[in-house]
Amino acid sequence: MSADTERGNVREWMSDVDLRWVKRKNRLFHIALVGASLFGVVMLALLIADVILDTLIGVVVFEIDIGTFLTRAGSSDWANAGFLGAMIGSAWLLVFTLFFSFFLGVGTAVYLEEYAPDTRTTRLIEANLTNLAGVPSVVYGLLALGVFVNAMRLGPILIAGALALALLVTPIVIVASQEALRAVPDGMRNGSLATGATQWQTVRGVVLPSAMPGIVTGTILALARAIGETAPLLMVGTVWGMRHYPGPFDRFGAMPTQIYEWAFLPEIELQYLAAMGIAVLMTILLAMYGVAFFVRNRYERSY
Amino acid sequence: MASNTTNDTESLISTEVSVDRTHDQPASPETVVEATDIDVYYGDEQALDGIDIEIPERQVTAIIGPSGCGKSTFLRCVNRMNDQIDACRVSGELDFHDKNVYDDDVDPVALRRKIGMVFQKPNPFPKSIRDNVAYGLNVQGKTEGVDERVERALRGAALWDEVGDQLDSSGLDLSGGQQQRLCIARAIAPDPEVLLMDEPTSALDPVAASKVEDLIDELVEEYTVIIVTHNMQQAARISDKTAVFLTGGELVEFDDTATIFEDPADERVEDYITGKFG
Amino acid sequence: MSTETGPDSEIIGDGADADRRRNRRVRRLLFGCTSITVLTTVAIFAVLFDNAFHFFYDVRFHEWLVGLVTEFRLVPEQRVAITEFLLDTEWRPSHADDPRFGILPLAAGTLLITVGAAFVSIPIGTATALYLSEYARPGTRKYLKPTLEVLAGVPTIVYGFFALTFITPNIIGPLAAALGQDVGRFSALSGAIVVGIMTIPMVASISEDAMSAVPDELRNGAYALGASKYTVSTSVVLPASISGIMASYILAVSRAIGETMAVALAAGVTPRLTANPFAEIQTMTAFMVDSTRSTMLVGSVEYQSLFAVGLALFVMTLAANLVNDYVKRSYREEYR
Repeated sequence: MSADTERGNVREWMSDVDLRWVKRKNRLFHIALVGASLFGVVMLALLIADVILDTLIGVVVFEIDIGTFLTRAGSSDWANAGFLGAMIGSAWLLVFTLFFSFFLGVGTAVYLEEYAPDTRTTRLIEANLTNLAGVPSVVYGLLALGVFVNAMRLGPILIAGALALALLVTPIVIVASQEALRAVPDGMRNGSLATGATQWQTVRGVVLPSAMPGIVTGTILALARAIGETAPLLMVGTVWGMRHYPGPFDRFGAMPTQIYEWAFLPEIELQYLAAMGIAVLMTILLAMYGVAFFVRNRYERSY
Repeated sequence: MASNTTNDTESLISTEVSVDRTHDQPASPETVVEATDIDVYYGDEQALDGIDIEIPERQVTAIIGPSGCGKSTFLRCVNRMNDQIDACRVSGELDFHDKNVYDDDVDPVALRRKIGMVFQKPNPFPKSIRDNVAYGLNVQGKTEGVDERVERALRGAALWDEVGDQLDSSGLDLSGGQQQRLCIARAIAPDPEVLLMDEPTSALDPVAASKVEDLIDELVEEYTVIIVTHNMQQAARISDKTAVFLTGGELVEFDDTATIFEDPADERVEDYITGKFG
Repeated sequence: MSTETGPDSEIIGDGADADRRRNRRVRRLLFGCTSITVLTTVAIFAVLFDNAFHFFYDVRFHEWLVGLVTEFRLVPEQRVAITEFLLDTEWRPSHADDPRFGILPLAAGTLLITVGAAFVSIPIGTATALYLSEYARPGTRKYLKPTLEVLAGVPTIVYGFFALTFITPNIIGPLAAALGQDVGRFSALSGAIVVGIMTIPMVASISEDAMSAVPDELRNGAYALGASKYTVSTSVVLPASISGIMASYILAVSRAIGETMAVALAAGVTPRLTANPFAEIQTMTAFMVDSTRSTMLVGSVEYQSLFAVGLALFVMTLAANLVNDYVKRSYREEYR
């Protein structure tokens, strides 16, 4: 074969493969994907901007006093309405939700990871957990309404709301704790058992301390979910137009239910109160995420 | 791992392995652990097949054999660590001082307080050096004289000189060889009778490995040591008795180390020792 | 050492006896915790069923059972016919003269929101997943993924507020005007969009997990044949991870069915059997929270209707979760 024909073949081969259209299609597809991915980011930015803007309008145009807002209970008069009652309600809810869900969640996770034999029953329990995590939060409200408020005659008090939230977030605590426990290497368990420790001594002395940062992080994230939950509290029966500072055994309201009330009612001023409430709620959420992030980075060890 | 490879290669080349164990052996040492017809199954798979062996007190007994021959499985039978594996079934009799440890009335936790174990991969806890060594003492409720016991265990594990002044630093900050000696200190602190060692040097570099070997030489003054190794040189260097397991979970020959390495009765053992097989 | 003490008794274990007992106690306690999770599921179903029974009949289910045994009362008196609940096209539980209990308008509202939300979350979530899995550089991923996590962590009540104060006036309003439609403070479309936005992270993260699980050999095989990235993404990665992607869609749908606060604030409180996205509607969930604003007597038909609707909702999401479980299991088998 001569050199000429060879070169000719190469030219033919190049013209045979026309990549222009392929490249254009590639680029368009890439741009479309970037655009779609940015959609979520843009929406988040708009949401935050919307809340900040409405908060500013409330403060500047309607002269809502931030000091009053943060230090007073609710009021029927929007200019004197405060958020402190709702914040106290949320604080109590958080305390009791933490108390109920932490022990229940970590206890279940320890049983499933450290004690449970690998049987059909165990697998069913795990499948049930996934299912529980998918039950709408409003249904947990109905559960609390039927069991704690009516059957146990607790009435629509704060503790009943906390129990609803605790049952709602326990699956989250369980799954996070299970992951943290699984990350503890088996070598450590064996090392402990071989020195004559019982299963429980091993769990308490070696496994739980190593898994604790992951468990704490997961619990904080679960509480972050609980603090924004509205529907279960409404079903338990919160106070519409709350004027008092609720205690654990009082009728109650919380930050999200107060925000719902303000946002739902048609008076325009209330919309700005709702925005300020959201600003407070989101700031607290951000702080919780910050703590969770800190715990994860500072204390979590990879083996 | 590099060191093992080198050692294995060596053993493949040299057909003569020198035995330099010179423990003062009593005429007829008492038997501490006696296995009779031990079978182990993982699910349907048989891991050990009719093991009979008598482990003498205060000597080093080495268990050698190719990978997958069940030597670690046997070790884990002695302190019932196999209980941790759901699919594992053990039959036969394994006596610790004439008491079958698989009897219903034996508590594996109590058993493990008499029989310490050191693992292939160093597994210190994410605690201070002191708490690592004192762990077994705490667990077993031996709360008196903890500091002295910790020091004695660390000296016994030849680690005191290196870490005696930093007992509060984390056990995980030590080097691999130090970690393994820390694990040995942890195992001997509660003063068990028997020390099981599952390839304790295979994850260490040669220098660290030889330190641990020297240590085993001293430990045998006080403890009965059963060591699993796939390094034949090591077995020859440190053990009084050697058991050879071969594929299929069978104990082929068990005798004085010198006999095993110089004049084995079984042809397969000779083939394995000289590197023709395994 | 061992010669003077009887080693038998020692391993039979006087030393560890107390520890062993404590271990057993702890084990029982932890098992108790675990059973509470099972009990929760049982209790949810029992409470919903027991009270929903009282919506259809004059007694609750357990009361009927007791009556059956003690008074041999076989048939309870009917309050609302099941056919009315399932087929009537009106839902006005608090109407003074002629209350009607047809779940169709509420179910239609839920359907409208769910379908509308799927139109937002499925394409955008899938595209985001594909971008994260196939195109994004590690640097981009590092910022995009946490942003999605934050998006997933925003409380639903805040999304409701966002719909009410931003989406409706700034997007739905102009759109309705352009199409010559009337739109008020609430609209199904606003609710659907905002529920779509909040379920994007769910679709994106689960789909991305499925796409990342596609072995690189498959991609390399296609590249070696001269395929472009576009071809590899659409004809190799997407088909190979389809069941994981489907699972994410099912979960997003299940989440949209159960979503409450955002639709209560965005879509409205008027049950209406319509397909018009600009109309104010009410979903099953929104009815439940909205009804808490009025005082109802425990045991009244209206009060018990909460549980009937709740039971319907629970069954729908349970079905979605079971389908998801099944799809996920078949997807696990693919690469093992």
